[in-house]
Amino acid sequence: MDSATSDATPGPAPDVTPDPGHGPSVAGPRPQLATTADNGLKIVVVGGFGVGKTTLVRSVSEIRPLNTEETMTRAGEEVDDTSAVGTKTATTVAFDFGRITLDAHNVLYLFGAPGQERFWFLWDRLFSGTLGAVVLVDTRRIADSWYAIDRLEHHGTPFIVACNDFGGPAHTEAEIREALDLGEHVPLVECDARDRSSSKYVLITLIEHLRTQVARATPQALQETPV
Amino acid sequence: MSPRRTGPGPLSHRDESPDRLYTVTGGRTRSGPDTPFDLVTLVVTESEPAPGMQSEHAAILRLCRRPTAVVEVAAELGLPVGITRILLSDLLDTGRISARHPRTQAGGPGGYRLPDPDILEQVLVGLRNL
Repeated sequence: MDSATSDATPGPAPDVTPDPGHGPSVAGPRPQLATTADNGLKIVVVGGFGVGKTTLVRSVSEIRPLNTEETMTRAGEEVDDTSAVGTKTATTVAFDFGRITLDAHNVLYLFGAPGQERFWFLWDRLFSGTLGAVVLVDTRRIADSWYAIDRLEHHGTPFIVACNDFGGPAHTEAEIREALDLGEHVPLVECDARDRSSSKYVLITLIEHLRTQVARATPQALQETPV
Repeated sequence: MSPRRTGPGPLSHRDESPDRLYTVTGGRTRSGPDTPFDLVTLVVTESEPAPGMQSEHAAILRLCRRPTAVVEVAAELGLPVGITRILLSDLLDTGRISARHPRTQAGGPGGYRLPDPDILEQVLVGLRNL
């Protein structure tokens, strides 16, 4: 067995006060969803260890980020990673998630997924049915993001890149794009994952990117989605 | 409970042995191949816990009086998602819960499908109103 957690910061998380504008708040540790909630949606936040995935999730989530784990058996799954060994191994992966009530029906779940190469099979599972992904990048450790971007492109999942500001030396957008080998069509934004409005802007940028993709695909709806 | 953990309540099985998890599910290690539970499928209780019911089943019924996603159920119970899916299948089969599945079509393995434009608009409006 192999296990890992994503980059939850130690120490108690700040209490999250439910936004009074989004569903009734009830007494108890966890604000509950409205009885009308009937459509769960997913966005995945991927990135290297310590890049701030949990921080971003926490800053916009209406619940304190929760943590759970999934055990996956790799045998029998399609393996296209040439480094994968063809033996049956069970791997337990822990991941964090948060929640945003969008309206009376739609609830958005944000998943923070570890970005290390050995978790690629978890991503494929998490990505199933996801709206899209945010690749969170620490510009001091750009190489940590290469694998995540490679997998997303391979999977055909639309994504944007958000550079979390760690106060390192400034890079131009062109420098970052080159270092990530990022196409011009992939949005690249800067953010402060601790800041609610900044994280919210990251999510809006992703959804607007998806809308652009839909508009582009509409004339040939059955055509494979360009990434 | 280790301080690093978040979420699990008093019913947590997080740190228990695999033997204990085996008992929770009666030895089953996976739900059926047609298991309908996505991570974000919303589960809603349809009947209150009955006396003598397995404690995990009763806990789920109490938790899901309001819609609760599969992944939240797992986190609150401190159980792995796979085990949680098995328990949920039991309750679905006996009509004690209902499941509200995501309307977004899941792509198949290795495949991605763009979401419905109407859903995207609703997500945008919701995010902008945050």
